[in-house]
Amino acid sequence: MASVTELQPRELLTTGDALRLEGVSRSFGALRAVEDVSFSVAAGGRRAVIGANGAGKTTLFNVITGDFAATSGRVRFFGEDITEHPPHERIRAGLRRTYQSSLLFRDLTVRDNLFLAVRGVARGRFSLLRPGGASTTRAAAEDLLERVRLTAVGDEPVAALSHGQQRQLEIGMALAGAPRLILFDEPAAGLSPAERRELVALLRALPAHMSFVLIEHDLEIALRVVDRVTVMHNGRMLKEGTPGEIENDPEVQQIYMGRTGRA
Amino acid sequence: MSAVQWRNAMNAGAGRAALGKGLPGRGPGVSSRAKGAGDEIVERQTPSMWAAVRARHVVVLAFLLAFPFFATPFLTYQIGAQSLALGLIALSLTFLGGYGGMISLAQMTVAGVAGYMLAIFGASGEATLSLGWSWWIAVPIAIAISMLAGTFVGWLSVRTEGIYTIMITLAVGVAFYYLCLQNYSVFNGFQGFQRVYAPTLLGVNFRNPVPFYFLALACALGGYLLIQYVLRAPFGVALQGIRDNPRRMNALGFHVTAHRIAAYALAAFLAAVGGILLVWYNGLITPNSVGTSWLINVLIIAVLGGMKHPIGAFVGAVIFVLLQTFAIDLIDRERFNLVVGGVFLAIVLFSPDGLLGLWARLRERISTTRPQAALHPRRSKP
Repeated sequence: MASVTELQPRELLTTGDALRLEGVSRSFGALRAVEDVSFSVAAGGRRAVIGANGAGKTTLFNVITGDFAATSGRVRFFGEDITEHPPHERIRAGLRRTYQSSLLFRDLTVRDNLFLAVRGVARGRFSLLRPGGASTTRAAAEDLLERVRLTAVGDEPVAALSHGQQRQLEIGMALAGAPRLILFDEPAAGLSPAERRELVALLRALPAHMSFVLIEHDLEIALRVVDRVTVMHNGRMLKEGTPGEIENDPEVQQIYMGRTGRA
Repeated sequence: MSAVQWRNAMNAGAGRAALGKGLPGRGPGVSSRAKGAGDEIVERQTPSMWAAVRARHVVVLAFLLAFPFFATPFLTYQIGAQSLALGLIALSLTFLGGYGGMISLAQMTVAGVAGYMLAIFGASGEATLSLGWSWWIAVPIAIAISMLAGTFVGWLSVRTEGIYTIMITLAVGVAFYYLCLQNYSVFNGFQGFQRVYAPTLLGVNFRNPVPFYFLALACALGGYLLIQYVLRAPFGVALQGIRDNPRRMNALGFHVTAHRIAAYALAAFLAAVGGILLVWYNGLITPNSVGTSWLINVLIIAVLGGMKHPIGAFVGAVIFVLLQTFAIDLIDRERFNLVVGGVFLAIVLFSPDGLLGLWARLRERISTTRPQAALHPRRSKP
């Protein structure tokens, strides 16, 4: 059974790094998908990772969440070395992610998807007893529903939702429990301009103590909601700086314009 | 279980949380309904056992209770009690396969471990091998060891999927069969253990057909209600989530492997109880009780009935036992498996969801033809 305290934010660490990557590499056979990536995200910091398709951004996310083991290097989360931790333990420690292509329970309603997300980080996952009156799980799911503005479609099965609404639900599921750092994998992909504006508002409205890392092709969005930017190219870090520096960097412009020019 | 059923199940599990929403002090004992969106859920999710009882449940239960009083002892014992015991073992597979997405062929092995342990720790015809302890010590020990065995099978197999799970569990089952067959110091080789009988308790001899039938019925009903309850508890809901989308469940903080192993442990409990009943029913346990044909028979029973609902295991068991018992009257003694196989093939071909699937489709057809029939006369009017 979930207790109230579990759903409160953990002790807020305002100093130190939320996430610290030290020379992280990941190879698939001879392919070096991610090579020697190091950066840190301060507690409450927001960072974008940009780069062409195949630059290794999503692989990097998979290494951070533990879906892929790192070939070398260390991943530290609030000072703790989590390189060897299994994914579910990282999630329970406050790390969350969204997926590039929605990974939702399509036959379940929006409300129930969020309910599962809340249950996953609460105690009582193995409970053989049905929760009694004091359970806060359902209430927490309702709060999330409101936060991602999906209350109107709460009883709809996910399969009936528009693409944009599914993306919003992905974010809602990442906000379950008490996230300390969220990895957003191309949250704006396929969204309409109006939905993009809503997404920016949502990202900006996240509590100040919540850090996030954002993979985004749309620089309009990426550069507006973060304070640091990492540019990746062929698995390596190419540039690192503030949004202003990156925007005006000729090399970055060339990569980005070159890619979009070919497309 | 359909999406709608699952949804209701989840609501039933977490429902009461919504009761407190919007009211000050979400303490227990708040019984008035919250206003607004939560209202509808609360009605669907009232977790009262009695609210779910339908007329058909009462009819079936009444029939099961009355059955021994109008049926012959042969029908009561051979058909009734045997079906209930086999159904309990098949139910453990339905729970694993239908709700956990893990097809284990070793459920009869797990049941057999319980049976052998009962014969070894309890009393049997083999006085030199059996310890001869009272049934009330031997039964809990047998269940405990059987659950350990089931958990071990789970631990071995949960990292695999689909056909590989089937192969690993089959291998474990066959290995146990040969262990029983070739080991004489513990398992007494091909002879096994004879004269393992149900006890006499409070003057009731459970070897007699009617008392044994009611013992099996009580165990089967208990197992059925346990599974129905657990499926809507957090553990069961998460298990179904893992069946549908393990990667996502892992990314939500669920330990998928541990959850699956725990499901094996729970399934082993059901199989163990069924296995003990089956040993008492037969009065003996031999390597043949855990042979390959029985490993597969459990799967046939579960699929015959349908794995989308716990009752399917018992429906399948009744059909299987009836076929096994009466096919000899229709066809040569040596060929009754042909009838079993033919019926199995027919059901699987016409309804992948087993007999329950056929029944559901039949009901759907009836309910869709009725309104049309009612519309007809109205349409003929100008």
